Amino acid sequence: MPPVLSAHHLNKYFYDPTKFQVLKDITFEVQAGDFMAIVGKSGCGKSTLLYLLSTMDTAYDGEIEMAGTKLTGRSQDFLARFRNEHLGFVFQFHFLLPEFSALQNVMLPGLKLGKYPEKEVEERAMEKLRLIGMADFARKPASKLSGGQQQRVAIARALINDPTIIMGDEPTGNLDRANGDNVFSIFRDLARKGQTIIAVTHDPDFAAGTDRVIEMSDGMIIASYENPVQ
Amino acid sequence: MDLHIASQIAQTHLTAKKRQTLVAMLGVTFGIAMFITMISFMQGVNQFLEDSALDASPHIRLYNEVNTQRPSLIEQLNPGRFNVVYHQKPKDEQSRIKNGLTIAERIEREPGVLGVSPQVATQVFYNNGPIQLSGTISGVDIDRENRLYKLYTRLKSGSLNALKTNPDGLIMGTVLARKLNVRVGDKVTVTTPKGTTRVLRVVGTFGFGVGTVDNTRSYGNLSTVQEMLQRDPSYITDIHIKMIDPLQALPFGQKLRATYGYYTEDWATANTAILAGEKIRNMLTYVVSITLLVVAGFGIYNIMNMTVINKIKDIAILKATGFDARDIIAIFLLQAVFIGFTGGLMGLGIGFGISYLLSITPFDAGDFLSIKTFPVIFAAKYYVMGLLFGVITTILAGYFPARKAAQVDPVAILRG
Ligand SMILES: Nc1ncnc2c1ncn2[C@@H]1O[C@H](COP(=O)(O)OP(=O)(O)O)[C@@H](O)[C@H]1O
Ligand SMILES: [Mg+2]
Repeated sequence: MPPVLSAHHLNKYFYDPTKFQVLKDITFEVQAGDFMAIVGKSGCGKSTLLYLLSTMDTAYDGEIEMAGTKLTGRSQDFLARFRNEHLGFVFQFHFLLPEFSALQNVMLPGLKLGKYPEKEVEERAMEKLRLIGMADFARKPASKLSGGQQQRVAIARALINDPTIIMGDEPTGNLDRANGDNVFSIFRDLARKGQTIIAVTHDPDFAAGTDRVIEMSDGMIIASYENPVQ
Repeated sequence: MDLHIASQIAQTHLTAKKRQTLVAMLGVTFGIAMFITMISFMQGVNQFLEDSALDASPHIRLYNEVNTQRPSLIEQLNPGRFNVVYHQKPKDEQSRIKNGLTIAERIEREPGVLGVSPQVATQVFYNNGPIQLSGTISGVDIDRENRLYKLYTRLKSGSLNALKTNPDGLIMGTVLARKLNVRVGDKVTVTTPKGTTRVLRVVGTFGFGVGTVDNTRSYGNLSTVQEMLQRDPSYITDIHIKMIDPLQALPFGQKLRATYGYYTEDWATANTAILAGEKIRNMLTYVVSITLLVVAGFGIYNIMNMTVINKIKDIAILKATGFDARDIIAIFLLQAVFIGFTGGLMGLGIGFGISYLLSITPFDAGDFLSIKTFPVIFAAKYYVMGLLFGVITTILAGYFPARKAAQVDPVAILRG
């Protein structure tokens, strides 16, 4: 089976304040249904790599292909459509639109996709919120939610369009043990049903529960190994 | 691009900062209200002045100009030599229009002509005791003159018919009558340039609201004035013509000049000052209104720029979750358009209110002007124009911040 994501020889530089190579010849592939963790010390380039994979950062050398589509060198509009349909993100600093309710935040990418009528998008959004344990807060403005709650709503938003790949930058970073475990088991479940999960994490237990781990250091992949099946 | 989501997001942004939205809207409101008020009032003034000038003057005046330049006899016989003639007198030519009455009748039958009034006009002195004023007297067929100038509406006292029954009657401009201190029934001595004097009785007064007319002119019977000038009953100096369409006066006047060989003057030439004033007022209206709208536009530009900066995280998230540049532009442009449209509508309402108040405000113009309140024109096209200006201004003012928003790099924001 062809990989759902492949990254070939990714190199990235920052020029500010001085020229400095953040990512050095990163090459790896991910199979559909994989639950993969990226680990490494702070500052080693994990977030930078994830932004490259997210298609938002296009200033890199190398090549990225996802869901059978070559994404390197595409127009911004093409990439926006691709993100909307195929990718779901959970950012490191849980970003929601503060003036919208939790439910509306989850619905927006679904409305943009336009695959389902508004009523159905709302039902689906409620379902995702229920999954993440945030259904009770659906009508609350995002600005009135705690950090952890916002992060969970962001996870629900990442799921709304049933994306091919879900990416998370420390998706459980702001969650307590119980909620963190809940998110982990949701990811596990989604992976079992065929969605691909790529999560940057600092949590050794989280990493140990995934299928595969890529370990980075100084912008390079220094190790890549499969976790034993539990 | 999905306008429905874009407008939903735009709406949320607008309601989240009501005060800012209102301030931006009020800028447009003020500009448009000012525009509506100014244009309605200025156009009202234009119309009023044009009307009163047009009412009081013929569309075309056919006359014979005396004292035209002519070369001296020696100049004709001996051209190009050193000829000197001192104190050359103009040829003794009458200002009569030959066959004036026949010409008048013929013109009257032409299509597009509303009415024709042949008359004898001359300079005179009006005397009442020690008061002596110069002015003009027009000998007219009062019915024909009435048809041209609706004299019965201009009558301030007396009656038109009295002129027909009294050969020595005189209908006098109100201001002139006041200066002479005469009223209906009083007598005035009128002296012509020929030196003849005749005592006429004031049987009415009129006011056109035009100083140069009310101040100087009187109407007498055609035959009386002819007698005073010691002329025969076919003596005519002026033919006044009114057209059904005033704009036809210019070509028709040229035609008459070519046909009859007399001088013609049309209303546009006679009233150049009024038409120039009109242009200046129009210009003033547009300059002031556009200035106000530009100021409002900068207000919107500033507020939209601030909104984009405040919402930069939202923009990054929207882009990250798949909204493209056009969606982002739509979101912010819609906000600007909403501000422009709502502000514009309020401006139209307020503009209408102010115009209405102005139109019922008593305006004491003396007896000169025949108005009781400020002249204001209510025309739908001004309101359409106002709204159009408002929306165009806000689209321009909103477009640049919106484009800036569309160019936001989400990674730079989301990296934190
Ligand atoms: N915009 C930037 N300009 C310059 N250097 C940056 C920028 N963003 C990140 N870096 C640097 O790149 C390196 C990798 O950052 P990052 O990918 O955020 O690390 P991680 O997520 O693994 O902690 C760090 O040394 C960081 O200081
Ligand atoms: Mg990081």
